[in-house]
Amino acid sequence: MNAIKKLWVLLMAVPAIAVASTEIHLDKAPVNLNDQASLQRGAKLFTSRCLACHSASYMRYNRLHDIGMSEEQIKKDLELPEDVKLGSTMQAAMDANSAKLAYGVAPPDLSVIARSRSADWLYTYMRNFHVDASRPSGWNNTTFPNVGMPFVLADLQGEQVLEVEKHEGHETKKLVLKTPGSLTPAEYDSAVGDLTNYLVFMGEPAKLVRHQLGWIVLAFLAILLVLTYALKKEIWKDIR
Amino acid sequence: MMNLIQKLIGWVDERFPVIETWKSQMTEYYAPKNFNFWYFFGGLALLVLVIQILSGIFLTMNYKPDALFAFASVEYIMRDVQWGWLLRYIHSTGASMFFIVIYLHMFRGLMYGSYRKPRELLWIIGMIIYLALMGEAFMGYLLPWGQMSFWGAQVIVNLFASVPFVGHDLAILIRGDFVVSDTTLNRFFALHVIAIPLLLVAIIGAHLVALRQVGSNNPDGIEIKKNKDANGVPLDGVPFFPYMVIKDIVAVIAFLMVFVAIIFFAPDMGGYFLEYNNFVPANPMKTPEHIAPVWYFTPYYAILRAVPPLFGSQFPGVVAMGVATMIFFALPWLDRGKVKSIRYRGPIYKAFLAAFVVSFVGLGWLGLMPATETYTLISRILAVVYFAFFLLMPWYTKIDKCKPEPDRVTFK
Repeated sequence: MNAIKKLWVLLMAVPAIAVASTEIHLDKAPVNLNDQASLQRGAKLFTSRCLACHSASYMRYNRLHDIGMSEEQIKKDLELPEDVKLGSTMQAAMDANSAKLAYGVAPPDLSVIARSRSADWLYTYMRNFHVDASRPSGWNNTTFPNVGMPFVLADLQGEQVLEVEKHEGHETKKLVLKTPGSLTPAEYDSAVGDLTNYLVFMGEPAKLVRHQLGWIVLAFLAILLVLTYALKKEIWKDIR
Repeated sequence: MMNLIQKLIGWVDERFPVIETWKSQMTEYYAPKNFNFWYFFGGLALLVLVIQILSGIFLTMNYKPDALFAFASVEYIMRDVQWGWLLRYIHSTGASMFFIVIYLHMFRGLMYGSYRKPRELLWIIGMIIYLALMGEAFMGYLLPWGQMSFWGAQVIVNLFASVPFVGHDLAILIRGDFVVSDTTLNRFFALHVIAIPLLLVAIIGAHLVALRQVGSNNPDGIEIKKNKDANGVPLDGVPFFPYMVIKDIVAVIAFLMVFVAIIFFAPDMGGYFLEYNNFVPANPMKTPEHIAPVWYFTPYYAILRAVPPLFGSQFPGVVAMGVATMIFFALPWLDRGKVKSIRYRGPIYKAFLAAFVVSFVGLGWLGLMPATETYTLISRILAVVYFAFFLLMPWYTKIDKCKPEPDRVTFK
């Protein structure tokens, strides 16, 4: 028995070691799929900024009906070119080869980016760009070091610089806003929150319906459980 | 009207033994009345099999087994196919639920000695089902063609390449190519949707035939066939219909509530049922930093990594992994206890079984983690515990102090 106790102690210690080794801190993204206004603002930001280089080739424009946008709104608010049909998928303005030449890597498709990277990662990433003259694009990122992507939201957030302070051998890195953008830091966080919210929706449009449906199915099964359990009691009552 | 129905049944019965089959398998097949919670999982496994086959049929109608289109076709199912997302989540959740149910079903066998005489063949057939299921799950996991699909398959197939002399050719035979490719995807698809399901249905049939022959064990580990009334009916048995059927239906609904909760509220189960990296399309040029198989394979994966390589070859680890899965076959002959059920076993068996559970769960967790020095050390300790449970069994089950078994089953 003693051996088992020791094993338990070892096993209990394992999660502590695991927690200690995580490095990058992620901020909690304000995701709320019930907030249609936020999703629509995010969609606008996405199509105007991200779609220049990235595609979302599994996402159809008319799927934006799901977040309350009418056909008219999709065409007007997102400034769709005449030749783009509502049923077509979201393609990048720039073709993948030119993008690869320009940035060194082909910009990844963003349809399911929120599922592979997580909302918190995206929310943190888009707020952690800073000026770095050593990079070809002039930008670097503390969440995704040496990323190929230039900071396309710089006019909104402004320019951040990475300040390194040394305290008794410890290095603390801090992002400081040097040149303000057209949005205040709070407004910028909120805009990136909208964009992240939209990316989560785009990663899985079915998420909008599946929670609600889940409760209905569970309620149905719960009633069925009570009834069948009563029937079981009735059938088994003579067995001793 | 009644007359007509009776005539119809009579007509069929003359040509096919409907009534006889119903009686012998249902109303006059006796199961021990003292079944507890652990006896639900066999029936539930059958339910999950049916769920997987049905959802799989509809997924197959929309999926494209082509390296260029596979990933996109899964997203097409998730977005454009009516209820496609539901079908996909049912199938992906079903895969994990299948293993949860099977592991609990096997653990029941360990607790109550269900593999002991006369149920050795029943146990062995069950183990073949388990191995077939692992093959089925492994090949199915390649189909979404994400990064984890691709690299998981690459790692596992490369294990076969470590076999001395024939390994290289063996790996090519499995992949049909020098790397995991479109060819591999096509053959895994064929095996996943036709070959292994057919095999599974056949051996599950054999499992049920063997079960009907020897009858179910029960939590007391004693044979109900020893005590029969004047008509030859076991005194501690109840007819399968309606008693066991209604009990199983209650269990099925409770199980479905868990299943449904996962499907609708947490289909990726925090990255364990659907790995995050699998939402990145397969890229043969870009190896992920951390490759972990899906959770149900990780105990064996941890054992594989725990064994140090010999002359730069991973083969010893592969052998250890193979032995770890196959050793269950020997269980009926390793156990020399006087009693079957844990209820009447002594403290030594209980301690070993507890240590085994800790090692299995611990190894499963470690298999998901990167192989750091500390983790490898813990994996080695747990791997030793895992094998000790089996290899020392003839010794510790013999010296263990058992309690006397009752003559009749305990009921309430």
